[in-house]
Amino acid sequence: MTIGLSHYLTVAAILFTIGIFGIFLNRKNVIVIMMSIELMLLAVNINLVAFSAALHDLVGQVFALLILTVAAGEAAIGLAILVTYFRNRGSIAVEDINLMKG
Amino acid sequence: MIAALFFYLFASVAIASAVMVISSRNPVHSVLFLILCFFNAAGLFILLGAEFLAMILVVVYVGAVAVLFLFVVMMLDVDFVELRQGMLNYLPFGGTIGLIVLLELALVLTSWAIAPESITNAASPSTSGVSNTEALGQILYTKYVYYFQAAGLVLLVAMIGAIVLTLRHKQGVKRQDVSTQVARNPATAIEIRKVEPGQGV
Repeated sequence: MTIGLSHYLTVAAILFTIGIFGIFLNRKNVIVIMMSIELMLLAVNINLVAFSAALHDLVGQVFALLILTVAAGEAAIGLAILVTYFRNRGSIAVEDINLMKG
Repeated sequence: MIAALFFYLFASVAIASAVMVISSRNPVHSVLFLILCFFNAAGLFILLGAEFLAMILVVVYVGAVAVLFLFVVMMLDVDFVELRQGMLNYLPFGGTIGLIVLLELALVLTSWAIAPESITNAASPSTSGVSNTEALGQILYTKYVYYFQAAGLVLLVAMIGAIVLTLRHKQGVKRQDVSTQVARNPATAIEIRKVEPGQGV
């Protein structure tokens, strides 16, 4: 029983689906939505690293590093927006976020 | 054999904790399960031979992002019970979409093959004999230095953006103003009074 590429891809696919499902399940809670996005980015990272290992090509890991950077920046900016919004409105419920009438 | 065992251990714990992230009642528990999930993903990375990324994952996610999440969750005084109401209304809809995505991913997963020439055409083939960290360093700072710089730029913009968004100047707080300090001269700073002996100022 050897663990191949498809095993890792399956894990990543399941994690990605859980992330999507989490966005729909927690429609009101921005924090959990952001955590779901982090889960999806992690799934993408697992895919990249799995292919990098399977093809003996290091570019996948370089790209995974870049995705990690973007994910960290996204979390920082998103949480900063959240804190500012909470200061202004006193709530972080998603359906209250309609100031721009979007 | 032992690698397979560890793969199933890491994978099952990662997936179980990911389910707990989206379904636990308390957001603090969600963050803690997210940390567990990332730890297990780091274990998967180690099994794949990407030790450097595994360590970076632990440092960046557990050390920075998860702590940031914890700070925000605990700092904001939000009624999370109220936020969870109506969650079951979204369950069928979200479940359908999740199932569709999973089905599509499974279809893709079962019906592809690696082109044989893509193995020989690796852009940066991993060299044997050096550690993963060394191999990554050898290409990251030479061949992909512009991507590396772009990542640094992304982090810089994120840092400046987060500071600009959350910094606020409170009114009524005494602050140091360097320019007015420097611009002072004896005429404006000192007042000379003649004090008579035996009397106060």
